[in-house]
Amino acid sequence: MSDAVVPHRNAQVSRAGAGWFRRALDSDIFYSFRRSKLTMVAAAITVLFFLLAIFASWLAVQNPFDPAQLQLINSRISPLWTADGQSPFLLGTDEQGRDVFSAILYGMRISLAVGIAGVIFAGALGIGLGLIAGYFGGVADSVIMRIADVQLTFPAILIALLVNGVAKSLLGNRLDEMSTLAVLVIAIGLSFWVQYARTVRGSVMVEKNKDYVAAAQLIGLPAPKIMLRHVLPNTMGPILVIATINLALAIITEATLSFLGAGMPDTMPSLGTLIRIGNNYLFAGEWWIVAFPGIALAGLILSINLLGDWLRDALNPKLR
Amino acid sequence: MMKPVLSVRNLEVEFVTRRATLRAINGVSFDIAKGEVLGVVGESGAGKSVTGLAVIGLIDPPGRISAGEIELSGTRIDHLPPEEIRRIRGKRIGMIFQDPLTSLNPLYRIGDQIIETIRTHTNLSETAARRRAIDLLAEVGIPAPERRIDGYPHEFSGGMRQRVVIALAICAEPELIIADEPTTALDVSVQAQIIALIKRLGRDHGTAVMLVTHDMGVIAETCDRVAVMYSGRIAEIGPVQEVVRNPLHPYAKGLMGAIPTLAGEDKRLVQIPGSMPRLSAIPRGCPFNPRCAFAFDRCHVDRPEPITQGTQAVACHLFEPAETAA
Amino acid sequence: MLAFTLRRVLQAIGVMLAVGVIAFAMFRFAGDPVSQIVSIDTSAAERASIRKSLGLDDPVLVQFAHYFINAVQFKFGISYQFRLPVSSLLMERLPATMELAICATLFAMVFGILMGVYSALRRDTVLAKLFQAISLIGISLPTFLIGILLIYLFAVTLGWLPSFGRGEVVKLGWWSTGLLTVSGLKALIMPAITLGLFQMTLIMRLVRAEMLEVLRTDYIRFARARGLTTRAIHFGHALKNTLVPVITVAGLQFGSVIAFSIITETVFQWPGMGLLFVQAVQNVDIPIMAAYLLMVSLIFVTINLVVDILYTVVDPRLRATVGRAA
Repeated sequence: MSDAVVPHRNAQVSRAGAGWFRRALDSDIFYSFRRSKLTMVAAAITVLFFLLAIFASWLAVQNPFDPAQLQLINSRISPLWTADGQSPFLLGTDEQGRDVFSAILYGMRISLAVGIAGVIFAGALGIGLGLIAGYFGGVADSVIMRIADVQLTFPAILIALLVNGVAKSLLGNRLDEMSTLAVLVIAIGLSFWVQYARTVRGSVMVEKNKDYVAAAQLIGLPAPKIMLRHVLPNTMGPILVIATINLALAIITEATLSFLGAGMPDTMPSLGTLIRIGNNYLFAGEWWIVAFPGIALAGLILSINLLGDWLRDALNPKLR
Repeated sequence: MMKPVLSVRNLEVEFVTRRATLRAINGVSFDIAKGEVLGVVGESGAGKSVTGLAVIGLIDPPGRISAGEIELSGTRIDHLPPEEIRRIRGKRIGMIFQDPLTSLNPLYRIGDQIIETIRTHTNLSETAARRRAIDLLAEVGIPAPERRIDGYPHEFSGGMRQRVVIALAICAEPELIIADEPTTALDVSVQAQIIALIKRLGRDHGTAVMLVTHDMGVIAETCDRVAVMYSGRIAEIGPVQEVVRNPLHPYAKGLMGAIPTLAGEDKRLVQIPGSMPRLSAIPRGCPFNPRCAFAFDRCHVDRPEPITQGTQAVACHLFEPAETAA
Repeated sequence: MLAFTLRRVLQAIGVMLAVGVIAFAMFRFAGDPVSQIVSIDTSAAERASIRKSLGLDDPVLVQFAHYFINAVQFKFGISYQFRLPVSSLLMERLPATMELAICATLFAMVFGILMGVYSALRRDTVLAKLFQAISLIGISLPTFLIGILLIYLFAVTLGWLPSFGRGEVVKLGWWSTGLLTVSGLKALIMPAITLGLFQMTLIMRLVRAEMLEVLRTDYIRFARARGLTTRAIHFGHALKNTLVPVITVAGLQFGSVIAFSIITETVFQWPGMGLLFVQAVQNVDIPIMAAYLLMVSLIFVTINLVVDILYTVVDPRLRATVGRAA
């Protein structure tokens, strides 16, 4: 099927790309997918979470970010199935009368948005730097890779916290919700670019020595452009694996930052913010305010991790 | 007549995989007498190493011995409980592997590895075991053994390491030594020394030796008898001079380097055409039939059984007594 | 060996210099040191004179040199929030973090190694599968959720353990320890488990993978062929070879444990450096952030250096290659 879909102009690329694609769709990956019930469950949960986040505004009983929709009379209601439960608050409400279920939907949207944007930013940064390091070599290579080495020894959370603190200091009061979100994305991107850079750099170094590059240069074709068409399809598999596992890490990092009070503010909470808020009510016995966002976060990360593990095994049998 | 040290009868080894059960060894029988060196020769994948591992009880799941008998000096050892076969390994059967560079644990001094083995199989004290270890190192030709005993494996050259491995294999004076390609990983100049050492040890201690190799030169030089294996079976077995000078089985002929053409004129062949079938695709009848210049109808149908021809035994329909062959 | 050590020391100094530049840049450019010291109604002239007295008008390189010289003497400036020297704030809180990190690492190593070895040797048992599941959950659950869960179970519901703080501490010179009182030890349990859990799963996965790898090596096969007991092979040969890389990783991870204690300390309001750092980030207290970065980097770099050098001591092969290179 893939041959028919791919345009002819890129025949060279499409063969490499389609080769990978066909291999990916080939029996092995689907065999392993169908064989692992756990992976199927994880995939279903991940898709469900994504759908819940995307359609949050339709599914929620209220907009938890709109103070006008919150009523204090509805505060601290326990979940529906407990003695004091009230409809329509399935998972209860917090001290501001915010429906926990609605807050989770909106919070999940923020968590996923920051996580995905962070992974994309990290990927773009890492792939870019990896290409530069691999293609130019020399000083550029050693500078980039040395930074990568040093950074790899520091935990991402520390780097993200520092970036966050510096941004806060520079922006001061001008830091509103959207720019906080942007700062988080940058902080996560700067914390996770190294793996992409290493993978891409390695692949570029391999390709660089192949005959077709020299041939392209001889007949005056732009070698970097041609290499890119070979390098990117070759690294797609590993990058996809890194991205999946990094998505889980990015979501954890965002949640941790928000939990530590260095992330999303109370006015636009992510799952981590919700857990930080809910944590204050744990001693009062209002466990549901923290428990459900916690379960949602754990479930999301666990499913993405399971998918990532499976993807790694399926795409790269050598890593098993 | 004296009982042979090792007697293998109709041995079968299977590997159970997701797709199918593969038979790596299929009906192998041979004996090795005291002080005798039996060479086992064949292409890689013919089942030589698996045979050796089966004898010493190191076939790991998913592999298993599915049929046949292995007797060591008259006692069956093929289905002993793990603990009992463990006691036989290293004590009554010594084994030498192909790559001396990876056979020794890099984090332990070689002396500790020898002493550990000696003390596993004997009641010697630490100091007595150490004295014995030094004697052993001297016996296998390691210079200055009192000093070298405290060295780490990486401090020894490949040939010296193989000597240490041999010392480890003989430290409990085994009745049988299985040497699995003991010289393949070594420099050519060292190979001869190691072969000479194995031969000398066999002679001095009356040890039976099963020498697995794909090097016909080594076989011709070292062995008393030779078994030619193909696709998990013994194609031909007999005294080494006979098999080398007058191979009967078409495969053995090919292996010895000369095979007569149908026209009758002798012609040196560099190789036998084709390659050995994979375990999952062994043809019906004689496994050699796709590559055999003499194959006839029956070779595609019946599996040939060993037929005695003088001192040799050959599994080939060409040597069937006239009345049954016709 | 000496040249190797020297090269590693130089590398470490290079890394520290790079981190120093970042810390200085944060200190100097992210946040104006003057406006943090003065009040809103300080006149422009006064501000200018303070700028001058703080040396903020000097060339950047001079300022960096100043900062660097001060940092080497553990002078990191004055905290914006506390109006106290940053170094004394950090020193006061160092013991709490170190005790927590050391206990967490010990917990992680003991249980990680035990669980890893078990799940490598008894791969298909229910318990091994359970350990695998725990490791996946340990990697997937954010640290703060684990902390909250433990607090809810053991502090809120059962009331067995305190949910925050260090309990009673005893002063040993300038070091304050919680290890000598019952309440101090009780307060340590949950934070140490919370902090160590992630490392434990990491070590367990690593031990399992390494051990399975080692069990496949030739020297383990040869050790079996020598008839060594299963116990000697697993716990003598395999474990020793497994632990070399594992201990390296665990050692290298100690720096991460200190950094990760930021989260644990926040959850349990543990009065360590991490909590101080989080408060500094929340309140934009740049001098503390910069100093914390320098402190943690110093710990990281020192550990890396020590582990690298120790590694060559543990592994004789490495010792040899390093010796040759030197």
